[in-house]
Amino acid sequence: MPLLEIENLTVSFQTAGGQFTAVDKVSLHIEPGEIVSVVGESGSGKSVAMLALMGLLPWTATVTADRLAFNNQDLKTISKSELRKIIGSKMAMIFQEPMTSLNPCFTIGFQLTETLKIHLGMNRAERKKRAIELLELVGIPEPRKRLTAFPHQLSGGMNQRVMIAMAISCNPELLIADEPTTALDVTIQAQILELLLNLQKKQGMSLVLITHDMGVVAETAERVAVQYAGQQVEKQQVKGLFSNPHHPYTQALLNSLPERSNSKILPSIAGVVPGQFDKPKGCLFSPRCDYATTKCHTIPPTAASEELGKALCHYPIVDGKPTNYPEEVNP
Amino acid sequence: MSGEVILEAVGLKRYYQIDRGAFKKPAVLKALDGASFKLKKGSTLAIVGESGCGKSTMARLVTMIEPPTAGQLNIGSENVTNASAAVRCNLHKKVQIVFQDPYGSLNPRQKIGNSLEEPLLVNTPMKKGERREAAQKMLGLVGLRPEHYNRYPHMFSGGQRQRIAVARALMLNPQIVVLDEPVSALDVSIQAQILNLLTQLQQRFDLAYMFISHDLSVVKHIADEVMVMYLGKPVETGSREEVFSKPHHPYTRALLSATPVADPFRSKERIVLRGELPSPISPPSGCTFHPRCPSMTEECKYTAPELVKKGGCMVACYHPKTY
Amino acid sequence: MTEITIEERVDDRPGGLRSVLSEFWAYFSENRGAVIGLFFFIAIVLIAILADVIAPHAPNHQYRDALLQPPFWQPGGGFRFPLGTDAIGRDMLSRLIYGSRYSLFIGCIVVSVSLVVGVMLGLIAGFFRGKIDTFIMRIMDVVLAFPSLLLALVLVAILGPSLINAMIAIAIVQQPHYVRLTRAAVLSEMTKDYVTAARVIGVKTLRLMFITILPNCMAPLIVQAALSFSTAILDAAALGFLGMGAQPPTPEWGTMLAESREFILRAWWVVTFPGVAILTTVLAINLMGDGLRDALDPKLKR
Repeated sequence: MPLLEIENLTVSFQTAGGQFTAVDKVSLHIEPGEIVSVVGESGSGKSVAMLALMGLLPWTATVTADRLAFNNQDLKTISKSELRKIIGSKMAMIFQEPMTSLNPCFTIGFQLTETLKIHLGMNRAERKKRAIELLELVGIPEPRKRLTAFPHQLSGGMNQRVMIAMAISCNPELLIADEPTTALDVTIQAQILELLLNLQKKQGMSLVLITHDMGVVAETAERVAVQYAGQQVEKQQVKGLFSNPHHPYTQALLNSLPERSNSKILPSIAGVVPGQFDKPKGCLFSPRCDYATTKCHTIPPTAASEELGKALCHYPIVDGKPTNYPEEVNP
Repeated sequence: MSGEVILEAVGLKRYYQIDRGAFKKPAVLKALDGASFKLKKGSTLAIVGESGCGKSTMARLVTMIEPPTAGQLNIGSENVTNASAAVRCNLHKKVQIVFQDPYGSLNPRQKIGNSLEEPLLVNTPMKKGERREAAQKMLGLVGLRPEHYNRYPHMFSGGQRQRIAVARALMLNPQIVVLDEPVSALDVSIQAQILNLLTQLQQRFDLAYMFISHDLSVVKHIADEVMVMYLGKPVETGSREEVFSKPHHPYTRALLSATPVADPFRSKERIVLRGELPSPISPPSGCTFHPRCPSMTEECKYTAPELVKKGGCMVACYHPKTY
Repeated sequence: MTEITIEERVDDRPGGLRSVLSEFWAYFSENRGAVIGLFFFIAIVLIAILADVIAPHAPNHQYRDALLQPPFWQPGGGFRFPLGTDAIGRDMLSRLIYGSRYSLFIGCIVVSVSLVVGVMLGLIAGFFRGKIDTFIMRIMDVVLAFPSLLLALVLVAILGPSLINAMIAIAIVQQPHYVRLTRAAVLSEMTKDYVTAARVIGVKTLRLMFITILPNCMAPLIVQAALSFSTAILDAAALGFLGMGAQPPTPEWGTMLAESREFILRAWWVVTFPGVAILTTVLAINLMGDGLRDALDPKLKR
């Protein structure tokens, strides 16, 4: 029984230049206690999909989905107040910028206890006790003193810990971390990642890690979904993804990482991610793909089988070679 | 000509005064506290460290935007610190810079062509036509088309803007280019494009790069020499091979192990440093790294270690790891 | 050495002034009030330019046979004087039409004087910081510490009551707003990388100030200029009303109000029409200013 089911989620925005599809038919199933990573470059719609799930998008967004369920409860049909109860308590989210995610006008303690008050209805003494407990849990030294501190008095890493404390305050079953370490220094990033993994294990919650850093993916996730230009191009176990990527984009992305290359010139992906005005007709990756054929340029591909990582490609790659590739064209 | 030292810094320091209100004594921020290095023609020196380590201050000193508080900076055979205005003006042309944020480093009201021509306009007596020709040639060299000459920066993507920033830095034929985190704001696939571009341009023009970064995987790819900094001081310097294969300083080792590696099969013991980066306004006594150091002893708390030769590296630590 | 050949698509929307203008219009026209304000303002400008052609009478000609004649829809009124006449028989409509010239003139002069001087001072203060900055900003604080109309009144009292002196006084009173705004914009632009890059290239101080930094500070200044245009008209009218601005028989709207206040109960039109003229003009310009802010302020975009 999956904890979270997303089936064909599509999000589009009303912009000055017309309708813009930011997320295009994305599906994701998350089992309890699992760590899933959603990886993609900027503009791949990885954050937007999760924000849509949390109902945090502005009114210009149109969200449609075949199924959107948490704990078998349909999020599309339940009332606003029911949704409010789930979001923030059963399903929590932390963001990239810890410095701006906290309200600078209120103390850490106030912001932390506010969540407890709204969702758990604890009294003042209980709230304070729980807040100290939480700060201890996320590894903040002298938690009693920190309760009266303002966000600007703490460092970025500390603020991110406070954000995590807020997110786990109601023992969520699902924690969505949107680039939680991108704004932090390397040594602090290691601390925060370790903290997240420990908490995940201790609390038995599921963790969705949105990131662009392949290194972070390799070291933390169990399953990975790769997104490109709003589409999910591949879904695999982490080891399979790194050793045997099935989509040309994943393959090219991995090859272009400096640490996986031995030559001075990196095998880079030419061009840029298509924007609103230049979406290709066929496969969205075809203008940048080494294997692209006429078919790729004209017909949008369908997802391949489960064994091939549901790769959104006409010629899914196995062991570095495209399958069913037409003979006459040489890549 | 390769191998000739064209930039040399000796004990470079830069302190800032921080006013803390009318009734408190101003504090001294030691942004850079004694750094020495040599940069050879055609090679890349990488400066690695986390925020507050003095990387960006170093960039400001080397590009002569700010004078050092103490220490000496030589470019070619000229001493910058006490050079005359005319000599400094000439030296300005030899050192250029590329910034991290491609969105902030181009003037939004200036056409690309004008941005590229500006260095020639203010520094050389070239005519309008010659300038235009040079700018269009440079656009071609960084992988853009001459038609882009008349466009504004907001029409380009981040990677393309970074190409333009590189082109602008090269307009005056500099010998040294300071790259201040040139790829950290870019997507992975674009990052590889820019790194390739930088490598190709370096070979073509025999450029010396001072590559400032916090990303060790990028540094490992591009650097010849590496200098690891912590709170304004270099803690370890050496060739890339030495530093990455045999890191001596505990901070270097922690930094290396904290950097995520895109390989799920690699099992590694991770050294997770305790505590936060201290504030550079009130750095710890003795070795500034001692509150976070796993191999700290009494000695470290009182006197700061000097850089000493250890294997192929220079290390500032009382207890370096031996191989 | 291989040449780097990477073909990349670039945003192909038309460049240059036209695209800037069309983008500007897209944002500006979202605000209906602003568009109405703009058209009203254009109408006033046309009226001011064509005053000689469209005014039925000379503004200062006194028709002794028609003193305090009411507007045409009132008993006793007629189409010879559509909006009636004042106490000495001058046609209200013609005076209002000619008055728009004065109002626009005041607005233009005051805004351009305070804009140019204010931008200079603000640029110097923000660029050089230190003692110069403190000196300029403290003077501006002193000016701001006085109630603006009172200060203008004192200045006119010293300089002597006339339209020119009133404009000088209003320009001085409005000065600090421009200085502060420019300084704030310069300070934020100074921290941007492109300014540092320009310095590394070797761009000299004057070029850096006027060519690199200033154009990027213009958006808030344009909005402030539009909004203070209306304040200037209002202040000039107030000074005129107090007898310290334009002197009779100038058909300036504030002065017209002052001249006719004793007839407020007997002949409402003599007081009401100049008042309505001031109100609508100021309102139109303010609406237009709001639209300008929406279109030019990057913080409000998207």
